[in-house]
Amino acid sequence: MHNRIDKLFKTKASNIVSIYTTAGFPKLNDTLSVIKALDKAEVDLIEVGIPFSDPLADGETIQKSSTIALENGMTLKLLFEQLKNLREISEKPVILMGYLNSVLQYGIEEFYKQCNVCGIDGIILPDLPLGEFEKSHKQFTDKYNIHAVFLISPLTDKKRIVQIDKLSKGFVYLVSSNSTTGKTQDPMKATEQSIKEITKLKLKNKILIGFGINNAKTFNQACSLANGAIIGSEYIRRISNSTNIEKTTIEFIKEIKTGIYDHSIK
Amino acid sequence: MKKKLNNHIDKDGYYGNYGGSYIPEILYNNVNELNKKYNSIIAGKAFRKEFESLLKNYVGRPTPLYFAANLSEQFKAQIFLKREDLNHTGSHKINNAIGQVLLAKHLGKKRIIAETGAGQHGVATATVCALMGLECFVYMGKKDVERQAPNVSRMKMLGATVIPVLSGSQTLKDATNEAIRDWMNNTENTYYLIGSVVGPHPYPDLVTKFQSVISAEIQQQLKSITGEPSPDYVIACVGGGSNAAGAFYHFIDSDKTKLIGVEAAGKGIDTGYTAATLNIGTPGIIHGSKTFLIQNNDGQITEPHSISAGLDYPGIGPLHSFLHETKKASYLSATDEEALIAGMNLTKKEGIIPALESAHALAALEKIKFKSNDVVVVNLSGRGDKDLDTFINYLNKKENA
Ligand SMILES: Cc1ncc(COP(=O)(O)O)c(C=O)c1O
Repeated sequence: MHNRIDKLFKTKASNIVSIYTTAGFPKLNDTLSVIKALDKAEVDLIEVGIPFSDPLADGETIQKSSTIALENGMTLKLLFEQLKNLREISEKPVILMGYLNSVLQYGIEEFYKQCNVCGIDGIILPDLPLGEFEKSHKQFTDKYNIHAVFLISPLTDKKRIVQIDKLSKGFVYLVSSNSTTGKTQDPMKATEQSIKEITKLKLKNKILIGFGINNAKTFNQACSLANGAIIGSEYIRRISNSTNIEKTTIEFIKEIKTGIYDHSIK
Repeated sequence: MKKKLNNHIDKDGYYGNYGGSYIPEILYNNVNELNKKYNSIIAGKAFRKEFESLLKNYVGRPTPLYFAANLSEQFKAQIFLKREDLNHTGSHKINNAIGQVLLAKHLGKKRIIAETGAGQHGVATATVCALMGLECFVYMGKKDVERQAPNVSRMKMLGATVIPVLSGSQTLKDATNEAIRDWMNNTENTYYLIGSVVGPHPYPDLVTKFQSVISAEIQQQLKSITGEPSPDYVIACVGGGSNAAGAFYHFIDSDKTKLIGVEAAGKGIDTGYTAATLNIGTPGIIHGSKTFLIQNNDGQITEPHSISAGLDYPGIGPLHSFLHETKKASYLSATDEEALIAGMNLTKKEGIIPALESAHALAALEKIKFKSNDVVVVNLSGRGDKDLDTFINYLNKKENA
């Protein structure tokens, strides 16, 4: 079955730019305009966060964006309505990222079915245990052609990495350091060590590095170690008080890709 | 014949449909290490010896099982109070804090973090850390920092750092989120000392085991007072559910003993200002555990309300979700006002000022029809010093009305 994440990696396997954004942020109806801007800025992958009241794995910036999105009136039901037109505006692979409780309350099968209807390619649920995925989710991710992406951390042992790689589809998400999102104390140090170990394991999946990637320098470091990187908090910060999301987005992605802030873009 | 105790938990940490471990990968190693080692550590001879000695000589256990004659006359039953309020630091929380600090030491962790609502768990943790010379950080919702000021001062005096939490509803739920985030950022040196029977497996089981000293003592004490180890009722308030789990533990499979948990109804269970999780909640995931919680249709966890900071929590330990579903225990609720009245009543009748949390358990005495020879044990989980302001405000308001 056709999946945009696989298609992406068939044509490009390095310097992958993946951007995280929170649905319904900064304004309720910005979800699609942000995706459109990211498409225009030529990112490779888009992750859309389902806002949750208690985002355990997130640092302050993404927490705050979640709170604002919820105050704006965002719900998972509304998100699926907004995403009905997703494939009219972008052909980029899009992943939904959120917490398990949202999926449980929506209904597990119905969630994956709606993902499929909207053209969503993958999901990341950091608090979904592997065993529970196999027992209650896998039959639906298979049925509706949704790639489940799992996280590994620098502390994940080899046996478990192999297990996570086996269950993941598309890529595995390597957390740069043991932390919540948005903490930036030298994120690449621990990663370098773990990548060495991981490479030896010859995983079937591509690897993207996330958490703490916030500028061209850390992005380049991540790209030199893996297939690409995921940027969340820093992007949220940039668009949170932007008056022109498209312009801000294009400038930011350019800055990340080249390391040079280009003042010529108006 | 002595029956073997069944703790009702399976190898994956589920009590029936509830429990488990729903945590980000970053915490997997820490939780897994704890899970692999806790049973053998806490069953070890050296551990047991140190734990029991501290409970006896430092905490002052066993706590009395006091026959409350005046309450008994009022409610026409044989009412006993399990005096957890007489523990060092003033509540049952110290039983668990000692157990887990010893466990942390066995695991080689030097930095202790905790969440707290009423501040009782924070004080207990800060106390044991002072005793053992460990660094201690306590997360506490800003709202609770304000309404439980005496406990904040105690923690600081004991050398702990109290970190006010500004996110969400600024109460226990958010303090727990922040403590978990701290743990994610400090996995290697830090032990997370959870204060109730909540969180990912093995915490609910671990905390239940440390608190089960309460029901073990009740059995022994009742036997020597009445000749019969099992009461007709055990009544306890339920926030996360640790004092209730401890008071219920040895009676869970008793056909005789009715187990009654009392949740905080706040302004009333239908008002939207409540913390009565089992009464109005639905199953979901909170703080790494599958259990009942108060949430909306979209799965967003709702801000709870209770006058009592220790019960102001939108979730509940998975053991209680299981006991509720299998009808092995019943869960009533008491409003803010009912708790205040019951607290005042105990003060006047028995000369004991209870914690507002425990006052919820006392309020249930009004709601149950007892037979005159029923033996009823109320777990008096804590003392009321921390709640004096709230009680006094209530009395002043009543006088002015
Ligand atoms: C005196 C007292 N009782 C009860 C509780 C509620 O906790 P749990 O339900 O875990 O016993 C608290 C919590 O702070 C407390 O301080």
